[in-house]
Amino acid sequence: MSCCAPGAEAAAELAATPSPETDDETLLASSRALEDGLLQLELAVPDVHCAACMSTLESALGRLDMVDTARVNLSTKRVRIAYRPGSGRPSDLTRAITGTGYRTFLLDPEAEAATDRSFSELLRALAVSGFAAANIMLFSVSIWSGADPVTRDLFHWISALIALPAIGYAGRPFFRSAFRALRHGVLNMDVPISLGVLLAAGLSLYETLVHGENAYFDASVSLLFFLLIGRTLDHMMREKARSAVRNLARLAPGSAIVVHEDGHREHVPIREIAPGMIIELPAGERVPVDATVIGGQSEVDLSLVTGESVPEPVAPGSALLSGAINISGVLTLRATRPAADSFLARMISLMEAAEGSRAGYKRLADRAAAIYAPAVHILALATFAGWLIVTGGWHDAIVNAVAVLIITCPCALALAVPIVHVVAAGRLFERGVMMRDGAALERLADVDRVVFDKTGTLTEGRPVFSGQMFGDPAMRERAAILAAVSRHPFSRALVAASGPVPQVPGEFREEPGHGIEARLGDGVWRLGRAEWCGAVDTQGSASAVWLSRDGVPVAAFGFDDAPRPDAAAAIAELARMGKPVTLLSGDRPAPVADLARRLGIADFAAGLTPAGKLERLQDYAARGERVLMVGDGINDAPALRAAHVSMAPSTAADVGRNAADFIFTRDSLLTVVEAMRLARRAASAVRENFALALIYNVIAVPLAVTGHVTPLIAALAMSSSSILVTLNALKLRLGDTLPASAGQKAGRAVQTMAAAE
Amino acid sequence: MSGLVFLIPIALFMGALGLGAFLWSLKSGQYDDLEGAAHRIFEQEDAPKDGGKEKAETHDRKA
Repeated sequence: MSCCAPGAEAAAELAATPSPETDDETLLASSRALEDGLLQLELAVPDVHCAACMSTLESALGRLDMVDTARVNLSTKRVRIAYRPGSGRPSDLTRAITGTGYRTFLLDPEAEAATDRSFSELLRALAVSGFAAANIMLFSVSIWSGADPVTRDLFHWISALIALPAIGYAGRPFFRSAFRALRHGVLNMDVPISLGVLLAAGLSLYETLVHGENAYFDASVSLLFFLLIGRTLDHMMREKARSAVRNLARLAPGSAIVVHEDGHREHVPIREIAPGMIIELPAGERVPVDATVIGGQSEVDLSLVTGESVPEPVAPGSALLSGAINISGVLTLRATRPAADSFLARMISLMEAAEGSRAGYKRLADRAAAIYAPAVHILALATFAGWLIVTGGWHDAIVNAVAVLIITCPCALALAVPIVHVVAAGRLFERGVMMRDGAALERLADVDRVVFDKTGTLTEGRPVFSGQMFGDPAMRERAAILAAVSRHPFSRALVAASGPVPQVPGEFREEPGHGIEARLGDGVWRLGRAEWCGAVDTQGSASAVWLSRDGVPVAAFGFDDAPRPDAAAAIAELARMGKPVTLLSGDRPAPVADLARRLGIADFAAGLTPAGKLERLQDYAARGERVLMVGDGINDAPALRAAHVSMAPSTAADVGRNAADFIFTRDSLLTVVEAMRLARRAASAVRENFALALIYNVIAVPLAVTGHVTPLIAALAMSSSSILVTLNALKLRLGDTLPASAGQKAGRAVQTMAAAE
Repeated sequence: MSGLVFLIPIALFMGALGLGAFLWSLKSGQYDDLEGAAHRIFEQEDAPKDGGKEKAETHDRKA
């Protein structure tokens, strides 16, 4: 156990319940074969964050005989283990990790296979172009400072020798993309880039051959170098966010326990479950397919399914939706629908149908390219025609037309957008927000309404002890003693609120669906539902737990799904920004209205079905409103997809997280406001960058058209505009996006303390 | 002028050497975990078991 491991209890629980991480065959299937009969397994360990974490994990794994090497990667928060499959079970590896108190998750092999190799290709291209640009620049400087014609020719030849292979190698990412665009009959930014680079190289080679004065090798190679920097950073940012998201993705247990007629039990893959099959569902597991309860009593957590915040008691006859979590007792279910037709699958198809407004959204860079690329080509053509008519000379006409293409080559323009997105994404990442891609940031900037889900989004999604309703306050300790034996959310909340619980000898028994009964020295105590404790529930509130002694109620405790820290502050902040806030929930009207009142939200709706939420979102879109949807449940997924842009907390259901553009990992809702502010600042930085690129063109293009551009001017103009654009983007790192509120400061203090530990 | 005949090749060779070194370090996985490398200087003892580090890198390369 390490001081750093935050969730030792959770990890221990995880090890106890069956999951893909404890299944030998699944682990073997996820391993990759190395030489010498070794296998390599890569696991996500999302909680590692320091040197102590790394050495704890590595030495815990290293102690196992079967382990050859274990190495933690702190950047990706993963551990890579090489082991001998013959000398131990693969599940011992995961058990060794959970034993140290860290959570570990298997990575989805399909998602891993999709990670592209283009990043190392980009890095290599960057290195080659950097090498070439630096060396050619050395020769160019000597030429500019006035080399005699023989030396100049020699230097041109050496430059050509370096530049041509370098362009051929490092330019491939651009050439490929430009070629793809042209084949589909469209122009993207890579078309003028490729054309400019290739023409500059071609013209320079011609000039070198005819012993000309001007060669643009330095311009074309340093152009590639700058553009590759932007593209590599962009790629790094997206890969970082993507791997962080992949680490969160929990593999859904692929099987359920099916009880056959002769009574024997078998693990059956979920997709092979047919209606009518009998399923046994242990406590803590998700309902695999839509089903009806035929035996047992328990309570189910519906917070991710319907948004219902209070656990719902179930007994034979109750219908269950897939995705609900069984809390207390073992249930026997009869499947009513196959997996392909169950709640989760229905939500996914509803989500896929709801592509919504974002399908038609064109990225800013593409819109700019659509105007810019044709304009540049027409300008070059006009220059060519103009010179041909005025002077009648082919050579001057071609040289000047090419100069126009080189000088307008959208270096600054191609950097303008990605560099801003990279800086903004880095900033967001520091604040615990992961961004899927840059287009989402652009969409986030022009949001004019914010829609929240309730359970798990505005609230914590788990009950918190809110106060004792009646009885002797000393009874709370007694209640906590009983609650300590249970895993019910109310019991846990009670224990968490009560501090250390004394050990009391006695006989404890949990009655699923009712509560806990304890025979202690001073009588029979019960903690649970009102009627079970002999009380009459006068308020009809399901969020209370009663304590009785020998059948006489002595105390009652209230629970509440507490709002997230800073939820009210975030709502107020949004109101100040002039964004109307709407609360759409699937929960019952009473708690929704109560929360809306507490947070100051005037516009709310309760009891909405997933389709109902989706319909609301589509209404807004039809009215031309651009909506930010923040939600976490399975039932929110279609709405998340239909919204203009969407955010989900990292605790969201997998399907919701996959539908969202942004994922925030901090508890505070102020991160939502902060992300919106940053998006707006990023949008204005992008506009400034476009303006800078335009100013540069207004100055440089007339020079090119009139034939006054020398290689020195071209190199200076292009480098300086690229640097200017980059500096302007770095401006986003300055300043706080939000005046640090008290809550945020407290959050930071807690974090600092955690880090210090 | 005559000095250039060997100075230029030397300069280019040294540049290419640097490029080669970078490409080699990239391929051998030295840029895989920049954050972890920064923290590893705090480690007390050497590699956990049978020189784990070098071996891990070997696997990276061959894998």
